[in-house]
Amino acid sequence: MPVSSILQAHSKLDQPIVHLTVVVLVIMAAILALVTVLVVFASIRYRYRAGLAEPPQNFGNRNLELTWTILPLLLLGSIFVLTVITMADSDPPKTAANGDDPPADLVIVAHQFWWEIRYPGAGFVTANEVHLPAGRQMLVRLEAADVIHDFWVPELTRKEDMIPGKPNELWLLADHPGVYLGTCAEFCGNEHAWMRIRVIAQTPDEFAKWEREQAQQPPSPADATAQRGEQLFRTMSCANCHAISGVSSERVGPDLTHLASRETLAAGRLKNDPVNLEAWLHDPNNFKPESNMPNANLKPDDLSAMVAYLETLR
Amino acid sequence: MSEIPVALPLLRKLERFEKEAGMLSWVASVDHKQIGILYMVTALIFFIAGGVEALLMRTQLMFPENRFLNPSAYNQIFTMHGTTMIFLVVVPVLLGLMVYLVPLMIGARDVAFPRLNALGYWLYALGGCLLYFSFFAHDAPAAGWFAYPPLSEKPYSNLQGMDFWALSLLVIGAGTVMTGLNVIATVAAMRVQGMSLRHLPLFAWMSLINSFLIVGAMPALNAALVMLLIDRQLRGNFFKPGAGGSPIFWQHVFWNFGHPEVYIMVLPAFGVISEVIPVFSRKVIYGYAVVAGSTVAIALLSFGVWAHHMFAVGMGHFLDLVFSASSMLIAVPTGIKIFNWIATMWGGAIRFTTAMWFAVAFLVMFTIGGLSGVMFAIVPIDWQLTDTYFVVAHMHYVLFGGTAFAVFAGLYYWFPKFSGRVLSESLGKWHFWLTFLGFNLTFMVQHNLGVLGMPRRVFTYPNIHDWNVLNFISTMGAYLLGISVLVFLTNVIRTVRNGRIAGNDPWDAWTLEWATTSPPPVHNFDYVPPVRSARPLWDLKHPDDPDWRRGRKVQPNVR
Repeated sequence: MPVSSILQAHSKLDQPIVHLTVVVLVIMAAILALVTVLVVFASIRYRYRAGLAEPPQNFGNRNLELTWTILPLLLLGSIFVLTVITMADSDPPKTAANGDDPPADLVIVAHQFWWEIRYPGAGFVTANEVHLPAGRQMLVRLEAADVIHDFWVPELTRKEDMIPGKPNELWLLADHPGVYLGTCAEFCGNEHAWMRIRVIAQTPDEFAKWEREQAQQPPSPADATAQRGEQLFRTMSCANCHAISGVSSERVGPDLTHLASRETLAAGRLKNDPVNLEAWLHDPNNFKPESNMPNANLKPDDLSAMVAYLETLR
Repeated sequence: MSEIPVALPLLRKLERFEKEAGMLSWVASVDHKQIGILYMVTALIFFIAGGVEALLMRTQLMFPENRFLNPSAYNQIFTMHGTTMIFLVVVPVLLGLMVYLVPLMIGARDVAFPRLNALGYWLYALGGCLLYFSFFAHDAPAAGWFAYPPLSEKPYSNLQGMDFWALSLLVIGAGTVMTGLNVIATVAAMRVQGMSLRHLPLFAWMSLINSFLIVGAMPALNAALVMLLIDRQLRGNFFKPGAGGSPIFWQHVFWNFGHPEVYIMVLPAFGVISEVIPVFSRKVIYGYAVVAGSTVAIALLSFGVWAHHMFAVGMGHFLDLVFSASSMLIAVPTGIKIFNWIATMWGGAIRFTTAMWFAVAFLVMFTIGGLSGVMFAIVPIDWQLTDTYFVVAHMHYVLFGGTAFAVFAGLYYWFPKFSGRVLSESLGKWHFWLTFLGFNLTFMVQHNLGVLGMPRRVFTYPNIHDWNVLNFISTMGAYLLGISVLVFLTNVIRTVRNGRIAGNDPWDAWTLEWATTSPPPVHNFDYVPPVRSARPLWDLKHPDDPDWRRGRKVQPNVR
């Protein structure tokens, strides 16, 4: 898995932050070098040698002390100006100049330990993987269903908390198609570590195609095993938490309508393939201990029926 | 080294007290020196507990997807580690130094309210036990030392751990406020004749300012804890969204305490450094008034910076910028001190005792923590780096590289006074270098982890090559740090048994605590030397060149 460094920007919104970070890192390194050199030099040059008398006592020097008060002030003043500029560039206002509040393109609702992703325009819901067209700046509304979470995709934009009862808004932009990894950045309980998110930026055509597919109901399964899986999904506890368009509508857990079209399972915990899906359903606790996904204790042939059904949800 | 000249103008002869012996003398004591030692020994015990918790965490994080600890155990341990180190180790060990040293430094027989002093300590000790009792109730708190609601509220933290947490901090907080008030009253009312505030040793200055911070900040925490308990136990709605409460409200109140708390944990350390560096550089502190005055500035500003912990909350740019400016400003008086300490070393005749090694290392380690702190005042950088391992690195450079290094410097410096024996210098050097190496190995690489996007407070992490390597290095450093603590403990135990006898004044120092026996008698002083400057013993030892004759006159062109 690749890392997502805060020193890499893949978005015009993040670029100013990266520039500022590099400038500040250089300044801080210079100050640290100065202090270190002074301390090491003084330690060596003025160390006690046998026979040395008490050194002359120097009580201070007002001008020198003023110097190391005013210089840092000036330096911090300039950094503050850069801060103001960078904030405006990287986090532009969300309300239009005429005061209109534009509707969000995307609503992300954080749950204990997964992400609900709604596309209000196209009217469908998905989970854990955000798709967006590269080059288009999307207004994202951030909400939380239970405790405080935080949306953070380092290479695209700032992080912002997701607070129950207090929605936040965020601009999200990827300059080029690609997969950008992120994570929940506010401690939210047992499985905080495995609450990962990925943003998949596509060309506008690919995105439009994806959007059309997601808005459709998945076809009813054709083969008998998968049909039995669907029956199990309805009759066992699965449907009490998971929505599948045309089958069930509860939204306690992630929406599974097009589960098989996703890259990962369980909020970035596992690569999505039939083997992993079966292992996950067999024992969720093995991969995400103490998460809210219960072990359904499926018998082996029920398990393969369930996997066969879920794999039809393309 | 040199002894105090005998023929002194005797100001007054003090009455002698008989010292009681045995365990009861410790449990029932109202002697500030015994209480100071109780504080420090108790803090040391909790330091070992918190250190073991740290090693458990680092062991879990040594490899990706490790199964050494399950998530709820890890979350309990990181919550207990933070709570322990802040409330049961760093603050109490500094309070211990304060109540032991401040009366001696100002030539007093005890603190202003000796019984209140004992009460403060025992509340801390019992509060600490209360917190650890939660383990035996099968559920230590697991919502982090910052306990953000709604996670810390009933539906998400159902068991009793959070209640133990809130109650124990309430008890400890009450004790801390008592001790703060006591130190203020002591410095205000108990100074020996001649010791004006301009002659107060810098450690006493910092203790005084620190006590004002304690009295100002702890009530905010106590209020927050009471509200949380009302929410949890009486179905209140202070912090519950959807019922009229606000989780952000908690964050404001908590950090209103929490950021002054950072300075509560570091100002006495500044005081230690301001005593140790001059004595071992054989030079008076450079710019006494500036060092003391900049501390006052830090204390005042520290109440106006709290929301820099909340830049990711979405408070709006204006509020973000207000707190950004105040947080940048507070770096200035802190930076001033670093340069004043270096200027004190400049032109000195530096004796590299273990205490001085720790103090010199402090200068660089604390600078690293201070500079990374400024980065968090820069809002867009904070938007990226907050809640990552970069914060973990930053905060440990402040609290370990800063405070802990200063406390070790102070312990090596004052241990002779506490015990009558000098800590072994050869074991001390081992202790220093193992600490220095282990500390930097553990925490330097955590800066990189943060930059590479690793969030903090995770019980495990995905298999990412760079993260794996850096985490492994960090864990090895933590083990080294664990060994360094064992070396320190060995040194303390061996010294107490048969260390070199210290004498009154082993470092040829200048403040009043060195003008009495080691350890001092119950009543502290038979005679208090006259005080006419901030260095009364310098004046005694150099009758031809006393400080009071010079005032703050600047010698031009001193090398």
